[in-house]
Amino acid sequence: MTHRLKPNGRRVVPLLIFALLALVPAATAIGADAFVLSLVTRIMIFGLAAMALDLLLGYGAMISFGHAAYVGIGAYSVGILSSSGIDDVFVQIAVAFAASGLFALVTGAISLRTKGAYFIMITLAFGQMLFFLASSLAAFGGDDGMTLPSRSLVFGAPILKNTVVLYYAAFICLLGFYALCRAIVASRFGRVLRGIRENLVRMEAIGFAPYPYKLAAYVIAGMIASVAGVLLANQAEFVSPAYAGWQRSAELIFMVVLGGVGSLHGAIIGAALFVLLAEYLSRLTEYWPMIFGPLLILVVIFARGGIAGLLKAWR
Amino acid sequence: MTPTFAFIQILNGLQFGMILFLIAAGLTLVFGVMDFINLAHGVQYMVGAYLAAAFTAWSGSFFIGLALALPAALLFGLLLEFLVFRHLYDRDHLDQVLATFGVILFLNQAVKLVWGAEPLSVPIPDVLSGTIELSDGILYPVYRLVIIGVGLGVGLLLYAVVNHTRLGMLVRAGATNAPMVAALGVNIRLLFTIVFGTGAMLAGLAGAMVAPLLSVEPGMGDHVLILTFVVIVIGGIGSMRGAFVAALLIGLIDTLGRFVAPSVLRAVLDPAAASQVGTALAPMLIYLIMAGVLCFRPSGLFPMKH
Repeated sequence: MTHRLKPNGRRVVPLLIFALLALVPAATAIGADAFVLSLVTRIMIFGLAAMALDLLLGYGAMISFGHAAYVGIGAYSVGILSSSGIDDVFVQIAVAFAASGLFALVTGAISLRTKGAYFIMITLAFGQMLFFLASSLAAFGGDDGMTLPSRSLVFGAPILKNTVVLYYAAFICLLGFYALCRAIVASRFGRVLRGIRENLVRMEAIGFAPYPYKLAAYVIAGMIASVAGVLLANQAEFVSPAYAGWQRSAELIFMVVLGGVGSLHGAIIGAALFVLLAEYLSRLTEYWPMIFGPLLILVVIFARGGIAGLLKAWR
Repeated sequence: MTPTFAFIQILNGLQFGMILFLIAAGLTLVFGVMDFINLAHGVQYMVGAYLAAAFTAWSGSFFIGLALALPAALLFGLLLEFLVFRHLYDRDHLDQVLATFGVILFLNQAVKLVWGAEPLSVPIPDVLSGTIELSDGILYPVYRLVIIGVGLGVGLLLYAVVNHTRLGMLVRAGATNAPMVAALGVNIRLLFTIVFGTGAMLAGLAGAMVAPLLSVEPGMGDHVLILTFVVIVIGGIGSMRGAFVAALLIGLIDTLGRFVAPSVLRAVLDPAAASQVGTALAPMLIYLIMAGVLCFRPSGLFPMKH
């Protein structure tokens, strides 16, 4: 009966998260610092990317160490298209979907032939390959990255220039993809994926070939993360190879683990904690990674199951 | 590309490959025996370079600096093992990756705090600073040849120890089935510590050896770490022989690719486009090779037998 109790908690927490996120612009309207708005926008963008990664980590037991590459593909779709005069956000998202889907299909097809540590390292290496490709695009800023001429247009209107509109655009994306991921996880496809995570041999024995399921999940997760890249490019009005760097991939993994692997909304909580903590510490000292690094180690060693695990233990 | 130029680039590639081998040897051993993914192996290389730079500046001699840096790198590695890694051996790979990433964040900043953000430079010792005439007209720096020699020496030594001593036998047995080795009464913790210490010292040695060639700076280990991953994935995780072959392969391809790719492309593209595509393609080449190898051999060229 314990699993009957879980869905309640799983419904309340996400509801709270999205209600809170929906109300943030109201708080800034009554007088909170406008900076909060851009900070929470960043939280939602990284939350979206981390949630996509959680689909792989938490439900497919695939430790992808190159997920930032897909954020990079999304960001560069905006950067490259807008510098050649194509500003429509829907065209940009379509290109980001196509490019990230293709990259995920090709690299996933090779990576998923390997197991365990090999998978971690090969996804890392493919991520770095993309990073070097972005660095060598001299026409689009090379190593230094490039500033966008302007934010994307929605039906020809520059409404994303307004920070509140951009905020809600990110909010709608996060909510929409959260609903999609929930539906995927609850579907037959999702159950097969979880079955593969729990016991590969048994799933094979009852007649499921794991490879196509894993590959489909890998492609979906890549495409969702590319939307985060499209949003990130618009928010920062800047694209850079650093978006796709391996440190970013590690940070995304940290967000997922911090919030609790395999809950989807946990990734959003993890992203919030990560962004807020990094923001706070970086104001404290220039050497903030010296605090952040050991903190990360302590979380891994002592807080198994992330924040969700801690709360469970505390109860 | 003239034959002379090609020959020099091949030597440069070999030298780079030897450095990669020194780092990869430790990483692949640690992984093979302990099933432990250590992202912090790259910063151990960086710390080795910093220690060599600091001790060289203090003593005024590169050799004294090197002699002090090696045991210091060993002690530093063992300290990390005691403080952090020891708690991660029975965890899954995800936890190991994250915690060792935390070590990277800390150390990349810590060296900045201790030695400053400015790159340090270490002079090549006078005895090794000259060039040698390989054949008529081809001059090559002695120091780079010394690195190739050190790499070969370490490779032979490791081969002898791993394949022909009792300790090496335990290491090989540990890589095949560590719990069984422990059950047979071997102190597996001690074996882990020896393997780990060796790996840390070899990474430190690689860092100390390249200190006179490269600038010693924060983050210098990050790029090398990824290349080392590519090396041990191609070679087969846990395989020393695989690490050696793959390190030389990657060293050669990465060095020669930068010159060969544009000139090959010139046959099909116009020169400007060829050099542009070539410079974009060259850094990606090793990842494409890795993809190709894993496509046909998912466990690398020399897979460990379990």
